[in-house]
Amino acid sequence: MPRIVFIDANSRREVLATSGISLMEVARQNQIEGILAQCGGACACATCHVYVAPQWMDQLPAREDMEQGMLENAWEPKDNSRLSCQITVSEALDGLEVTIPERQG
Amino acid sequence: MIANIIVVGAGQAGAQAVDTLRREGFAGRLILVGDEAQLPYQRPPLSKKFLAGEMTEDRLMFRHQPFYDEHQIELHLATGVTRIDPATRSITCTSESLQYDRLLLCLGTTSRLLTCPGAQLAGIHYLRCLADAIQIRSHIKPAARAVIIGGGYIGLETAATCRTMGCEVTVLEMADRVMNRVASPCVSQYFSDRHSAHGVNIVCNSRVVQIEGLNQVERVVCADGSQYDADFVIVGIGAMAASSLASAAGLNCDNGIVVDEFCRTSDPHIYAAGDCTNHPSIHYGRRIRLESVDNAVEQAKTAALNMLGREVKHDRVPWFWSDQFDNKLLIAGLSDGHDELIVRGDPTQRVFSVCYLKEHALIAIEAVNQPKDYMAARKLIADRTPLDAGKIPRIDTLLKEAV
Repeated sequence: MPRIVFIDANSRREVLATSGISLMEVARQNQIEGILAQCGGACACATCHVYVAPQWMDQLPAREDMEQGMLENAWEPKDNSRLSCQITVSEALDGLEVTIPERQG
Repeated sequence: MIANIIVVGAGQAGAQAVDTLRREGFAGRLILVGDEAQLPYQRPPLSKKFLAGEMTEDRLMFRHQPFYDEHQIELHLATGVTRIDPATRSITCTSESLQYDRLLLCLGTTSRLLTCPGAQLAGIHYLRCLADAIQIRSHIKPAARAVIIGGGYIGLETAATCRTMGCEVTVLEMADRVMNRVASPCVSQYFSDRHSAHGVNIVCNSRVVQIEGLNQVERVVCADGSQYDADFVIVGIGAMAASSLASAAGLNCDNGIVVDEFCRTSDPHIYAAGDCTNHPSIHYGRRIRLESVDNAVEQAKTAALNMLGREVKHDRVPWFWSDQFDNKLLIAGLSDGHDELIVRGDPTQRVFSVCYLKEHALIAIEAVNQPKDYMAARKLIADRTPLDAGKIPRIDTLLKEAV
């Protein structure tokens, strides 16, 4: 099972994830605060925004237009911004580190 | 002192409410009552990824059992509530009576039912819950003939899913265009065209008068005499607030359970949240009832906080989405009362938005495959930013810069 690290202002948590589900679902299953995912993974709300550790950016499939457009007007987008509902977890992502923004939406 | 909180209704709002109550420090007895057997789950995928078999039941659940155990949330599932007694602050369930200090009603909606002859035949389905979706899914196979009554969100989303799975699909819409209650004519036309291009037969101005079949649905008959052979039928003709339990308890109801901006009903110990509420929209200055995930989540949070004694108002710009084939419709705001409608972009390019203005400020947007406009619009609507209408149609200018 791939390990995923979620980082926020106060903590750093490593969790074991199930391959084949989205990073957002991993966060939800592990009660990670700060990932709201109101639309449940439909790429319709931009409330599951994370910053991916730069060394991992190349390992992820590129953003599609819908995700790109949502992120551009999300809260404080950066070059390493992703919507966690659009990232499918796999063994190749073992050790992935993501930081949760101060707020969503 | 509030020692017992009961939440009735284990959908999006109910699940959010118990979560927020514990997160915000409520340490008393917390009971969530739901009439379905499953743990609380998401409904939007039922017409889309779940129906298409791309998402398992397990992935629909908001939380798994350990979450409820860990947070000492008592789940009373597969449990119907037959009565609320405000005088004794108790609810009567299938097999027991429970006391509350505060009660939150998250009762959702019930499907508007078809009433024509034959409406009871086997093979006619509504889509409100997981069990409905599982039944519908059992019919979906290549060349199966699906007749869908109603061209709203449920009708068109299920039409797209059934068609993608190889069914022969007809959508019968009573009005002169699909999605007539939720979108502009231009957006209706766009989605109608996309469905036609994928081989869905969309028939407007079509009033169903009878469903025929021996034991099982065989065909659907319309007022003009036209007939459509069917292996199964999906009915999506709207929903009504599930407020009968509340009105029987003497709560003020009028197109939903009437609540104030703090989600309080007419009884000081009873709150309500989600699709079942008739609530004030602070932004639009009128009462509304919404069928919306965001509204369910946010009202549930507001109700939870107010039950704990924090005075928080529910004040949101509503938003909605719909996925049909490879198109995403994103809607923010409410368009009623607009004095100007401006289309940005070109529907033939499959990327456009319809902007609704009132007194030079954006009040709503329907964005088709156009997330940038949608996200920008949510802020512009909330802030009531005055816009320069002349700049809005220019697609080379960002919507947020049309000021």
